[in-house]
Amino acid sequence: MATVTENLPSASTERPIGFGRLKRKEDARFIRGQGRYLDDIRLPGMVHGAILHSPYAHAKIVSIDTSAALAHPKVAAVITAKDLETLGLAWMPTISYDTQAVLAGDKVRFQHQEVAFVIALDEYSARDAVTLIDVEYEPLPVVVNARKALDADAPLIRDDKVGQRDNLASPNWEAGDKAATDRVFAAADTVVTRDIIYPRCHPAPLETCGMIADFNPNTGQLNIYNGNQAPHAHRTVYAQVAGLAEHMIRIICSDIGGGFGGKVPVYPGYVCAIAGSIVAGCPVKWIEDRSENLICDSFARDYIMHSQMCSKGGRITGLRVDVIADHGAFDSTAQATKFPAGFFHIVCGSYTLEASHVNVKAVYTNKAPGGVAYRCSFRITEAVYLVERMVDALAIEMGVDPIDLRMRSFIRPEQFPYETTTGWTYDSGNYAETMRVAMDLAGYDELRKEQAEKRARGDNMLMGIGATFFTEGVGAGPRKHMDILGLAMNDGADLRVHPSGKAVVSISAQTQGQGHETTFAQIVAEELGIPPEDITVRHGDTDKSPYGLGTYGSRSTPVSGAAVAVVSRKVRDKARLIAATMLETRPEDLAWEKGRWYVKGDPEKGALIEDIASRAYSGAPMPAGLEGGLDAQVIYDPPNLTYPYGAYISVVDLDRETGHAVVRRLIAVDDCGVRINPMVVDGQIHGGLAEGLGIALMELISFDEQGNCLNGSMMDYLIPTALECPDWELGETVTPCPHHPIGAKGVGESPNVGSVPCIVNAVIDAMLPLGIKHMDMPCNPARNWAAMQGRAEPPQ
Amino acid sequence: MPNVTININGTPYSGDIEPRLLLLHFIRDVANLTGTHWGCDTSNCGACVIQLDGQPTKSCTMLAVMAEGHEVSTVEGLEVDGQLDPIQAGFHEMHALHCGFCTPGMLMTTRALLDENPDPTEAEIRMAISGAICRCTGYKNIVSAVRWAAEYEGAPTQGS
Repeated sequence: MATVTENLPSASTERPIGFGRLKRKEDARFIRGQGRYLDDIRLPGMVHGAILHSPYAHAKIVSIDTSAALAHPKVAAVITAKDLETLGLAWMPTISYDTQAVLAGDKVRFQHQEVAFVIALDEYSARDAVTLIDVEYEPLPVVVNARKALDADAPLIRDDKVGQRDNLASPNWEAGDKAATDRVFAAADTVVTRDIIYPRCHPAPLETCGMIADFNPNTGQLNIYNGNQAPHAHRTVYAQVAGLAEHMIRIICSDIGGGFGGKVPVYPGYVCAIAGSIVAGCPVKWIEDRSENLICDSFARDYIMHSQMCSKGGRITGLRVDVIADHGAFDSTAQATKFPAGFFHIVCGSYTLEASHVNVKAVYTNKAPGGVAYRCSFRITEAVYLVERMVDALAIEMGVDPIDLRMRSFIRPEQFPYETTTGWTYDSGNYAETMRVAMDLAGYDELRKEQAEKRARGDNMLMGIGATFFTEGVGAGPRKHMDILGLAMNDGADLRVHPSGKAVVSISAQTQGQGHETTFAQIVAEELGIPPEDITVRHGDTDKSPYGLGTYGSRSTPVSGAAVAVVSRKVRDKARLIAATMLETRPEDLAWEKGRWYVKGDPEKGALIEDIASRAYSGAPMPAGLEGGLDAQVIYDPPNLTYPYGAYISVVDLDRETGHAVVRRLIAVDDCGVRINPMVVDGQIHGGLAEGLGIALMELISFDEQGNCLNGSMMDYLIPTALECPDWELGETVTPCPHHPIGAKGVGESPNVGSVPCIVNAVIDAMLPLGIKHMDMPCNPARNWAAMQGRAEPPQ
Repeated sequence: MPNVTININGTPYSGDIEPRLLLLHFIRDVANLTGTHWGCDTSNCGACVIQLDGQPTKSCTMLAVMAEGHEVSTVEGLEVDGQLDPIQAGFHEMHALHCGFCTPGMLMTTRALLDENPDPTEAEIRMAISGAICRCTGYKNIVSAVRWAAEYEGAPTQGS
């Protein structure tokens, strides 16, 4: 039984047993076109649904005539709000304790709102029949501007809510200390004021949202095929909404073509598909088209911010922010229950402020609902954008270099754990060091020299340099502080090592491309020494994975990854007891090296994990009181959020004559703690930078006065291609998270959080010689040109 | 309804189809080759790119009836006798895919590029894939994957 070290599987750079640049397991099917996305699933007897949408942003529904659609030879059923009322499904709860119409019955409240659901034998016929439905509308006045939504003469949008007399969507919400902030501002040397908008944008994953609902009337079993980021939470919600028993609902997420927050919510189309399957008695597939995706499913951001920042003695000392949050017609923003503005109050950033005060009020408008976190942890993107724009504005006012001001104001390493003026406890960091790495990579001083030369020459190509430093709070979260719809934000893991030493780990996180099948196997490999190729990661099926809240807010590694590390250690502890029996010694006399327990002082004598596994399932006696088998399960409750941070620098060339801004360079230095798979981490950062570049320069969901959405296709909602994106330059520092089992912090959203203000700061820096000190995103050619003519307009 | 036969990856597929049926839907629903994806409706995203007589073509922008008599190749035809095409291997080696949804279109686009230009520069690669959207990778590793495949197929190593 005694084995020697030579028998351990050999690791290499190409084949790490644990952390390292391991090529992804999931690629094998994707590069062959063998992924199984929602639209690739065909069930016997499946029919197709399509939705009729409202052309008006605000209108009474006088009548709906479905007779011509029902007469279509291939139509099986047409469902309206009246039909849903009989099923109790006309309205659904939102993630923010509001209600949302599944199909509009009384009136429509935003353009493209869902009005009727057609079920037909094929998709073409379903879409044909949608055009045969005749709806008579009586148009009502429209409000799309959040600043006007609370005017006395604004039309009341939510007349369905008892006692609702205005368009206020939630009570005022505050953080920080107003009186202390007033005192800091009164004592300040310099005060700067800005109105800053983070406009409405959209995650727009390449695969749109959809569902196949398969209700079996004989058994009462409802199978749901649906690419979503939180399958367990969805199942609980469906049980509540549809009055079905939770154990009779099974959600199967196969491959998901991107999510970015857009696949967190429950959409009316999902409820329609479920209702359709109940009514039609067969599986119903509904997949939104691109316009439905962009116009009526989850938008992101839409924060209108008024802010002041002040300094004293050359350092940032205070911050005030007043926010109007535009939630659209129904409040379905994604956030934890106790935080109606998400984690926006992390807005004090990476600096030692003396005081700060945040005030947020949310309003209803005649715009689509949503408020999802587009590659963002609960409004942190808005917060970081605000603070990092304000620091630049303050630096301009003070006449100092924006990086100098940051350096002088950073929280210092010895101040951690650091409690911010709005109540966050940052756990660790060395901000100045990370900033210096970014400056060195960028060649910051040389860049400023080049810029000065170009400005002196009066070049038509205006060079801008932008910098940001961000701190995020991700990995929600501790159950004592946060929940969603009453569900603790914890995650489960279930690990079974089989008799041959191969393992299956089941997790509640839900990959949408992040590579969990590879990286979560690496965590088990790191802890147990089992090669990653011998570990299957199971996810995406609520019948076969433990309960947990899913993947968003960069929470997979901080929460689910921690669960996997902890469950692996539980298995390792059990293996130690078994190994002691095998080696005829006491457990405390054993020491661990990756893959085996061995006798302290006699390293030749040991037991490999696969031999321990074999023993655990064999007929040989187990240690007293221990059950057979080698497995364990855990639910992980994080003690705190994790706080990844980073320093980004960008260089922008802005054509003074055309307004075209090109990102020449973008240097991103991230500190996400310990990196499980640096290749995957780099990939996440590349992708987030591209989305950030899109938001800064291109992506916008806007409306005209009548509430028509002006960006309802990819011809109008502009997403970066390879031509807009530079060759990203990455660097890293590693400050392990002190409370995470493997010291990791999460990284998926950092590049989006950091790059948006970085690029906008660079565009504004380019315009500085023209006297322009602010413009709102997106910095597209038309808006840049207008800004350079002194007509910087906020987006609408 | 007209009966149409289309050769896909060397195999003829026939169906009685509506004249308005898109080539994309013929490939997915008649030939049951679901590797070719739909993403946008407006010919912007490139998830549906196949090769028509060797030219990268958006299959959502063509009627199936127009493809009769032409050779259609899809992602399912890249691997031959268990041997990955170098462009497939390059995407794996360089981590040029995350969610995988754009990957088939990207593979067919870049395979066509390498067939025409076996030693493309970074700028040429970026131009070639500019009709396709990847929401996950930020494109950097896709560029590297194409260079990997080019060098595997004999192009000299570029730069340092």
